[in-house]
Amino acid sequence: MKASNLGWKTQLGDRVPEPLATELDVFDNEIALKKQGKIEDRVFAETRLRRGAYGQRYDNGQRSDGKATRTLNYPSANTKGPGTLWDAPGMQRIKIPFGGLDAPQLEMLADLCEEYSDGIAHITTRQDVQLHFIHIEDTPALMRRLASVGITTREACGNSVRNVTACPIAGVCREQTFDVTPYAKAITYFLLGHPDAQSFGRKFKIAFSGCRENACALVRLHDFGAIAVTREDGGKTRRGFELWVGGGLGPVPQQARLYDEFVPEEEILPVSQAIARVFARLGEKKNRNTARLKFLVSKLGIEEFKKLVAAEREILPYDPRWTDYLKDVASYAEEPLKPPSLLQIDSIRPAGFEKWHANNVYRQRQQGYATVTIALPLGDITATQLRVAADVSRKYLKETVRSTVEQNLVLRWVSEADLPALYSDLKQADLATPVAGTIVDVSSCPGTDTCKLGIASSRGLAGELRMRLASKNAELDEAIGSLRIKVSGCFNSCGQHHVADLGFYGVSRNKNGYTVPHFQVLLGGEWSNNAGSYGLAIGAVPSKRIPETVDRITGRYRAERLQGETFQAFVKRIGKAECKKMLDEFTAVPPHEEDASFYSDWGDPREFTLGDIGIGECAGEVVYPIDFELVAAEREVFEAQLQLEAGNVEKATRGAYESMLHGAQALIKYKFLVAPEDPGKIVDDFRTQFYDTEIFFDPFVRGKFAQDFFRAHEEAGVTRTVETAHQLIEEAQLFIEACYSCYARMTAVPVKATA
Amino acid sequence: MINPDAVQHINLKVFVSDAGAIDLADAVGVFHEWIRESVCPEMLIDVADYRHVPAGPGVLLIGHEANYSLDNRENRLGLLYNRKAALEGGFRSRIEQAHRAALVACDRLEQEAPFRGKLKFDRNSLEVFINDRLLAPNSDDTWQALKPQLESYFSGFTVERRGEPRDLFRVSVTKR
Repeated sequence: MKASNLGWKTQLGDRVPEPLATELDVFDNEIALKKQGKIEDRVFAETRLRRGAYGQRYDNGQRSDGKATRTLNYPSANTKGPGTLWDAPGMQRIKIPFGGLDAPQLEMLADLCEEYSDGIAHITTRQDVQLHFIHIEDTPALMRRLASVGITTREACGNSVRNVTACPIAGVCREQTFDVTPYAKAITYFLLGHPDAQSFGRKFKIAFSGCRENACALVRLHDFGAIAVTREDGGKTRRGFELWVGGGLGPVPQQARLYDEFVPEEEILPVSQAIARVFARLGEKKNRNTARLKFLVSKLGIEEFKKLVAAEREILPYDPRWTDYLKDVASYAEEPLKPPSLLQIDSIRPAGFEKWHANNVYRQRQQGYATVTIALPLGDITATQLRVAADVSRKYLKETVRSTVEQNLVLRWVSEADLPALYSDLKQADLATPVAGTIVDVSSCPGTDTCKLGIASSRGLAGELRMRLASKNAELDEAIGSLRIKVSGCFNSCGQHHVADLGFYGVSRNKNGYTVPHFQVLLGGEWSNNAGSYGLAIGAVPSKRIPETVDRITGRYRAERLQGETFQAFVKRIGKAECKKMLDEFTAVPPHEEDASFYSDWGDPREFTLGDIGIGECAGEVVYPIDFELVAAEREVFEAQLQLEAGNVEKATRGAYESMLHGAQALIKYKFLVAPEDPGKIVDDFRTQFYDTEIFFDPFVRGKFAQDFFRAHEEAGVTRTVETAHQLIEEAQLFIEACYSCYARMTAVPVKATA
Repeated sequence: MINPDAVQHINLKVFVSDAGAIDLADAVGVFHEWIRESVCPEMLIDVADYRHVPAGPGVLLIGHEANYSLDNRENRLGLLYNRKAALEGGFRSRIEQAHRAALVACDRLEQEAPFRGKLKFDRNSLEVFINDRLLAPNSDDTWQALKPQLESYFSGFTVERRGEPRDLFRVSVTKR
């Protein structure tokens, strides 16, 4: 930890505004008390999480080196949360409301990533910035320095309102209804620390979009998503929002439901407050796996939910902040640094400019101005590059920079004639890669690099795909070049794989006595229309064969697509069974002695492990019946998807439920050699042998997947809608994944812990 | 007024003679092996791979007291020792510690199988950073305070201040 930590308080003095200064003093004290053992682990964990200080992989002091699990002997035995060691490096998430950044903020991020982290600032899929490998005792000084440039990390994590996202081109977009920026800003600071937003069972995500059609804000995957709309009323144009609620990704993705076609602008803050109250009062608190707003909306139904919110709205005590900000909304506007100008046709263009201009430059609604995207590899930017971004934002703009949910930065209000000079400045700093919005611009969550929940290396895969696709970028035709690839390290979906044309999330499979990293392949998610539809899982492919899989799928799309046919339409036309056939040739895993590379992940030469699982006792050719039975159960889920696609909701429901039964039965049979056939008996045996004993429990979501199975059994025979059948299929898919994981844990040779 | 003996977090980078001779991907495996074998005096934790970032931090071996990395900032590859934990003693002993740790790591890297015969460090071409802007901003004051000690320690070398005020305090050290 830094020797200068205590000095920053004096150094910054009143540059840290109230109430942040006092809050940070409190955090300093809480750290001191925790070191004295006077604060409970659980309480301190939530305290730091609400300030954005997250745990990171191996913070329990255990790490597999590929051969054995070893204890990391940190100097202090103190902890900063249950099972989380004090000295273990952590991640600091920094909220950037609507992605808005100015030059001093970029420079501060540069300083902080150099001094406290590993020299990299990482832009997330929620427009946040994350720094990794941070010592907990450095965080108060780091937060003070951020506060001195107007940034707070408050409520960046924990069960709180997370970073409010918005279109990065809001205000300059040619298709927007109006600029949502002032509304996104108002709701951010209205709900920050609001008493009604402090008692959630889980996080709460908000997004604002200027239009329905584009993807920039991904409204339909949010708890609270607002789309700008207007209405004519008595000869006047009134501003308001089409409000969507209860969307979310994660293990059980759900699209948001339409709450109201028109919430007037003066009502958007009080309605958000009323929803926060209902969520805090009625949302699940004990089981975090069903605690997001989407579960409450599903449970109550949208009409009942609306009634409860309306009733809550009626009794809210008046708050002038609801509308105070509106008087400035009409006049809210960013200003350019330079007068408008046009890119001169005969101007001298630097080498590479044309391609960059085609991909990375967006012509603004304001004639003579453009917005430029800086495409960052995997969302990563160095301290030096951050300073260059600050410099160009002063040289060409009035510091109007935003981060994006595609993990990039945009520079707004570039006078068009400046584009060649700006390109040259950016190119010197390696910030002019001409791949924005293309298949090369792969998004990824941190995955196993740093995330405690990661199963497979999403960044490793994303980096590999980016490198391969970039090398043939020039040859890719436009239809393929504009596809989106998104990768998550696990089913929690931080990489937003559901809304990609080609989405991937990390899973594992037991093959040849080893645990092998795989990725589930999802096809046909819709990025546009504010994340208009989610892709469905087609099948799992070994991690090392994903690049070939991408080539195969994109190659077939190129060869067989009809005139003007989108990728979503193509996937729908050929059907999921045909999609699955494309994957089948890539699912084989060669024996370890033939090709050991399949048994480690991208960018990580250690032998792959889940919970330090090494080579099984029966390495070689031995295959247990359970291997086949789990594959069969997985196939049943897939067939259920096909039934749903064909409109056979009842058959889809039955198939999904039966796949869960067969997964559970396979585990019982593996353990006891025989298993009952009667569904009730299977559930009872499974509950006794795998749930009550916690053998089946996932290290992070605990018994969630088993609970989904029990609920599916209880609801067997109940008529489902397309939506609830879809949800059951998702649950069945994850239950089968959990069966694989449980099987992997049971078959692993116990790994001896060594100091 | 900067007190040299209060300055901590000294970083030292030794540049390689021929950056094109090696594949940085090999460093990932080498650093994982270093963790497995606990070859450094520091407690080693993990490997961070930023090869995809041009002119970036390269491949890092994250430790508790210090990081080691094959660092490629400014497209100049070198072994960077980044001291994170505070050390007892004065400025000279701290720079000595960083210098020694970096040179030991260079020796070791040159002998690692993927790099043997290919990777060569130029031990006469170094940079020293102070990774703490409060203790040592990149200012004339810091330079005046640290210059005598730096020149004394690196006798026979030319020590020159580098960078702009926003940078970490930074000097280049080259053999005369």
